[in-house]
Amino acid sequence: MHVVYPAVVSALLFSIGVYGVLARRNTILVLMSVELMLNAVNLNLVAFDVWLRDRLHGGQVLTLFVIVIAAAEVGLGLAIILALYRNRRTVDLDRLRALAEPAPGDGAASPAPGRETAARAEETP
Amino acid sequence: MTEAVPSYLSPTGQEIVFLLLGAMAVGSALLVVTTRQLVHAALWLVVCFGALAGCYLVLTAEFVAWVQVLIYVGAVIVLLLFGIMLTRAPIGRTADLDSGNRAVAAVVAVATAAVLVTVVVDGFRNAYAPLDPGAGSAGELGSAIFRNWVLPFEALSVLLLAALIGAIVISRTDIRGRD
Repeated sequence: MHVVYPAVVSALLFSIGVYGVLARRNTILVLMSVELMLNAVNLNLVAFDVWLRDRLHGGQVLTLFVIVIAAAEVGLGLAIILALYRNRRTVDLDRLRALAEPAPGDGAASPAPGRETAARAEETP
Repeated sequence: MTEAVPSYLSPTGQEIVFLLLGAMAVGSALLVVTTRQLVHAALWLVVCFGALAGCYLVLTAEFVAWVQVLIYVGAVIVLLLFGIMLTRAPIGRTADLDSGNRAVAAVVAVATAAVLVTVVVDGFRNAYAPLDPGAGSAGELGSAIFRNWVLPFEALSVLLLAALIGAIVISRTDIRGRD
């Protein structure tokens, strides 16, 4: 097996993941693209482990660790997305602008979620 | 390792199978990031991860392949589908899944792919890895983990527990911080 083949496949998968992270608006789709990038790295790790014939199997063991960390990351990420959805009623990344500078164009649109959460924070205690 | 590189013009059967599976993974990954239906994106992700598991099998990493099927296809996709369901995402075709900076994202992704593929092809043109089965079996990997990688393994289990507790605390509404 030429090492170029898995390396090129994983490079393509990684850049597809980059496109997904940058271009998607829904937060869950962004999480899926992050998973694609992690899988590209996993393919590289396995291919180079096989090529270098590592006696400690560092590449494949690290692949297992990355899979476990990705599972933990998806669990936490989805919990955060659900908390976000409960508070804001939206998971669109473009509309989550509470931390951004108020742009001159969307002065009417962006303060609304901030006020809503402020009201929520007042009523919670 | 690098001696006696066979020609690229006469691929072996393993290479043909790997390239077919890789094309399947790349194609379904493209569909994941371009489809207009949220649930279809999750299902194409299943195809992509399955094809990647096939790639691992061809690369003689059997145990990693089955772990990939179990954890990614079995657990992560189900979690993502639960997330889609719980955020009341629209089921049918939706027009606004892409944000406004699609063109910039495409330019960045094509540039990344060009740089990575150029560097990788230039660097590993003469690298050849002969495949001998059995190097990635469960026994081999198990002895590697429990002989040499025990400490990171245990640390990872503690991390997983912390992530589990964190997810529960974040997603429950009746747990409040101190006032």
